[in-house]
Amino acid sequence: MFNKDRWREIIEVLTTNVWRTIFTAFGVCWGIFILIVLLAAGKGLENGIKQDFGDTATNTMFMWTRATTRSYEGLPKGRSFEFKIDDVQALRDNVPNLRFISPRNQLGGFGGNNNVVHGLRSGAYNVYGDYPEIINQDPMSVTSGRFLNYNDIREKRKVAIIGNGVKNDLYDKDEEALGTYIKIQGVNFMVIGTYKKNNSGGGEEGQKEIFVPFTSFSQAFNRGEDVGWMAITANDGSSISQLKDNIVDVMKKRHKVHPEDTRAVGYFDLFEQYNRVESLFGALKAVAYIVGIMVLLSGIIGVSNIMLIVVKERTKEIGIRRALGEQPWSIKKQILMESIFLTLISGMVGIIFGSLVIFGINSLLDSVGPVDMFMSPSVSVGVVTGALTILMVSGLLAGFIPAQSAIRVRPIEALRNE
Amino acid sequence: MIEIKDLHKSYRMGTNSLHVLKGINFKVEDGELVAIMGSSGSGKSTLLNILGMLDGADSGEYTLDGVPIKNLSETKAAQYRNKFLGFIFQSFNLINYKSAAENVALPLYYQKVPRKERQEKAMKYLERVGLKPWADHLPSELSGGQKQRVAIARAMAAEPKVLLADEPTGALDSKTSYEVMDLIQKINDEGNTILVVTHEEDIAHMCKRIVHLKDGVIVEDKKVEQVRAEQYV
Repeated sequence: MFNKDRWREIIEVLTTNVWRTIFTAFGVCWGIFILIVLLAAGKGLENGIKQDFGDTATNTMFMWTRATTRSYEGLPKGRSFEFKIDDVQALRDNVPNLRFISPRNQLGGFGGNNNVVHGLRSGAYNVYGDYPEIINQDPMSVTSGRFLNYNDIREKRKVAIIGNGVKNDLYDKDEEALGTYIKIQGVNFMVIGTYKKNNSGGGEEGQKEIFVPFTSFSQAFNRGEDVGWMAITANDGSSISQLKDNIVDVMKKRHKVHPEDTRAVGYFDLFEQYNRVESLFGALKAVAYIVGIMVLLSGIIGVSNIMLIVVKERTKEIGIRRALGEQPWSIKKQILMESIFLTLISGMVGIIFGSLVIFGINSLLDSVGPVDMFMSPSVSVGVVTGALTILMVSGLLAGFIPAQSAIRVRPIEALRNE
Repeated sequence: MIEIKDLHKSYRMGTNSLHVLKGINFKVEDGELVAIMGSSGSGKSTLLNILGMLDGADSGEYTLDGVPIKNLSETKAAQYRNKFLGFIFQSFNLINYKSAAENVALPLYYQKVPRKERQEKAMKYLERVGLKPWADHLPSELSGGQKQRVAIARAMAAEPKVLLADEPTGALDSKTSYEVMDLIQKINDEGNTILVVTHEEDIAHMCKRIVHLKDGVIVEDKKVEQVRAEQYV
């Protein structure tokens, strides 16, 4: 295979008609270029959207209560109920494969009144009563001080972690926040930490939250045993979408809700949402592959065509070679190698051009700053290897018919004197 | 060396078939120089194609150096051609992007002879046809006679049992024709078996035996007094 004479011949054949070779190569080059650029664009879009999810635990659901819509066990319909703190333990006992169950309570909300005061300043913020696990479900980086811990929960300490946005609003630029007090609906909490969220999903709002221990929240704001809503994350191996029916059933049973009441327990399945986005990108990738390969196909047909012409031109030469005793498969191999060589080289040029374009887009994005829903388009080594494999196979296919027709030429016909 | 018994060959031309060879019986001994003569359409080229394993016979036997040639696969035929036969064509049929030396080395390449040995042998045979200084020239840089001498060197390079020459002088003027025949005679003098297809009387008489074909049968087969081409050169 790696035989000097064979390679010399391949080069000789391909360079006899340089422009023809270049135009043929362009077809393949263009096809692979389109494929690479499309895949990279898809990846860029995917990166952009996925960044909005950030490092949020995506195998998560949120669950809250609503009024019942059916009467059950003597209780009327339209009844309101609340999750209780023992529900958490009940879920742990009855539903396997749950990683985190965070009961949460909340104050404030969109368009709420000013509820937090520090010194002369005040503002309206979301205040959450939380367990320490929430940092795993709703990731944030603690920029100073510390996050909640179980001592805070047990001792019902009135402590708070505030977002950088809150700090900027309520404190002077150089003022130290740690150790100071903020007044949340008239109750003083000591600031023990500040945080910053990385994902852009919550936007500015995400930086303006206040986290306090769940138990102190309940006590300070008279929530008793009530739980506003829960964030439940499943173990990595299992999907929350499959567990959620079981979870909802446990809740219905504990709160005497009709088993067929679909309205009473509301939930939002983040995992399903995430999977939907995932499958959207899967489809996008498939489209990129199909379009790319279709364009590539026309290039391949071009190669096949040219190889047929080359074979036609060399009919006499092939006849001479066979008269001199060259084996048919050796001729076939020659044609196939020419075809593969041509496709592979032109494909590599396409890949290089594609990479240059992607590189250009990336440096452009870097210089103009982040763009919505689009981030660092790229192709992986896997895709490049895949593309090369496609090229290899298509070169083989392109050469197949010409090679077949080359050995179908009978030496006697090729040598017939004109 | 060559033995043919009752060889038949016909070609289909649309609905009617053309019976070209109608029972040829023919024997060539080792070291003979045979001219096959006949007008066009007499079947001499068909006979040569069958002898050269470029075409198959319909019926009859063909034995080459004791090996029966029958129902060969393309691969086997290529192998036998390479081992047993050397071809010399009217239109030289050199590969035009290869130098003289590379053309001569080609049959050796198909025998998988190592590169260096191939080059040495090619030079040896080029020297024998007197074209060593032209080894690096492309066919387009050679005259007709030189091309035919390269083709002869190529035919001999694989050291075949039989050389088959199809109108070797057909495309040459008489002076170069005699030069080429002189070379062929000298190769024959060394003991090689050579078959020459020709329709020129003077060329035929430079062989040792003339076989006349007419309408697909041998009408005459005679030994002749060889005319040496040397005297015309």
